[in-house]
Amino acid sequence: MRIRALVFRIWRQFLHDKRTLALMLLAPLFVMTLISLVFNGSTYKPKIGLIHVPVALSQQLAKESVTLSSYASSASALSALKNQSIDAYVDFHHGQLAIKLEGSNPSTSQAVLMNLQKLTQPAITRQALSQPTVSYLYGSASMTSFDNFGPVLIGFFAFFFVFLVAGISFLNERTTGTLDRLLATPIKRYEVVLGYVLGYGAFTIVQAFLIAWFSVDILGMMMTGSLFTLLIVTLLLSMSALTFGIFISSFANSEFQIMQFIPIVVVPQIFFSGLFNIATMAPWLRWLSYLMPLYYGAEAMRNVMIRGKGIDVIGLDLLFLLALSLVFIVLNVFTLRKYRKV
Amino acid sequence: MPLAEIQREQITQASIVANHVTRRFGKKTILKDISLEVLTSEIFGLLGPSGSGKTTLVKLLAGIDEASSGSVHMDGITLPRRDALANIGYMAQSDALYEELTAQENLDFFASLFGLSGKAKRRRMEEVMALVDLQGSLKKLVSSFSGGMKRRLSLAIALLHQPKILILDEPTVGIDPVLRVSIWNELRTMSADGTTIIITTHVMDEADKCDRLAMIRNGSLIALGSPDELKQETNASTIEEAFLTYGGARA
Repeated sequence: MRIRALVFRIWRQFLHDKRTLALMLLAPLFVMTLISLVFNGSTYKPKIGLIHVPVALSQQLAKESVTLSSYASSASALSALKNQSIDAYVDFHHGQLAIKLEGSNPSTSQAVLMNLQKLTQPAITRQALSQPTVSYLYGSASMTSFDNFGPVLIGFFAFFFVFLVAGISFLNERTTGTLDRLLATPIKRYEVVLGYVLGYGAFTIVQAFLIAWFSVDILGMMMTGSLFTLLIVTLLLSMSALTFGIFISSFANSEFQIMQFIPIVVVPQIFFSGLFNIATMAPWLRWLSYLMPLYYGAEAMRNVMIRGKGIDVIGLDLLFLLALSLVFIVLNVFTLRKYRKV
Repeated sequence: MPLAEIQREQITQASIVANHVTRRFGKKTILKDISLEVLTSEIFGLLGPSGSGKTTLVKLLAGIDEASSGSVHMDGITLPRRDALANIGYMAQSDALYEELTAQENLDFFASLFGLSGKAKRRRMEEVMALVDLQGSLKKLVSSFSGGMKRRLSLAIALLHQPKILILDEPTVGIDPVLRVSIWNELRTMSADGTTIIITTHVMDEADKCDRLAMIRNGSLIALGSPDELKQETNASTIEEAFLTYGGARA
């Protein structure tokens, strides 16, 4: 009864506050769109300058996906390299190929070297071995990096926006004095926490559905598992963000102070969420990731979206997310003691 | 027992009793060894300058906060107790309203928390809004309210569940004098009907209207009695003079 009153109140507040509603529902879609545009673009064609390169070589090079230009001397090629009109130049001198890279961007350098390597491979080895057949256990040749870290991003935005909105709204409840007034009614402390969890929970369901549907059906993100399983993962992740946000808000005295928590408690989770390879981290650092909701969420998301796994495989991740949420719910019931002793 | 005695028994029965109550926050002592009794159906005033500890005391009497030492009882029950809060209507010093909701939605929320529902809830919402003269503003967003309107809505919420004990922290700040008179009349009626009212104020002429007064300064109780008793005892013609005498400003 009292929980229901609290849930209805939160919904009404949401419906009156269109901007916050838009932040929760539309902002993640906007950011996902931007990211898909950035990472789904065609691969970069490196610009290579040539100096005295034999025609046979340059013709072969022209077959690769590169942009070529010729220079009369290494001095003119060097100045072109300096003002970044080319990424590298190849100098053929006394039967020896010398490559000079601009070098400030490792991925561009790698693209240049990959293309040039094909030239320097001896012709015999290329012909002696027949083309190997390539097959994929998961994913495919057409999989882009957006497909690879997209699941992590869905998880991250679900987490981040819910964390922010829940944290700030609970903080407002405290700073405007309404929490005092709320606690001057016979409501139980756990009813306050559950009211918040259910009230915001309903919006996180809508948000989770929107982000997942939009990423898969509109942006064409790779999706091999079931949408329903994905929704469960997103929902549990949002739930941990919700309870965590409320918990963090009790250590802040203003919206600005909530913002100060973002680099401390949200940003580090990105590094442990699988955007970067955790296996290369120091063991003690890896241990830290087991405390982070986003680690479990992102892991489960990837298993569902890329590897097509079901609840049976990601069950443990879901269980951890649920456990983290429960821990924060209990902590929140206890921190409310600060405002009312009974 | 003769009828007259039964009535006296009811009138002089203590509603809330504070026994040697001290409240500390960290190393700071906000209230020092305060003992007082609030009698059933009286209007009990807490008078003191801002920062004297009125709000802290009121929260202890309402059973929201717990004393560092000493005890508070309501009708023989030791506070704080969650279920005892159902008997209390509390209007905090800050308006404590949900600004992004309408007046009606604010009322509806708190009415539901006190277990009101259906027709009874709707009727009660209309009654309290009429009482504070806000009938026409039910559908308006609280964020569009003036300071006085917010104060009145805040008061209306405290009255919703017809509490046995009404605790009002500076209720008439920013309210127009005409409305203030009608609110005081309403408080009188409620008190005559058996509601105990505890009211904090720093306005001396409001203190004059209370049945009994507790004067508080720097966390200590400096005087307790009816306005007339306090004035007589200090040979003062106004409550303000009496306060100055008890406060030590006059010999």
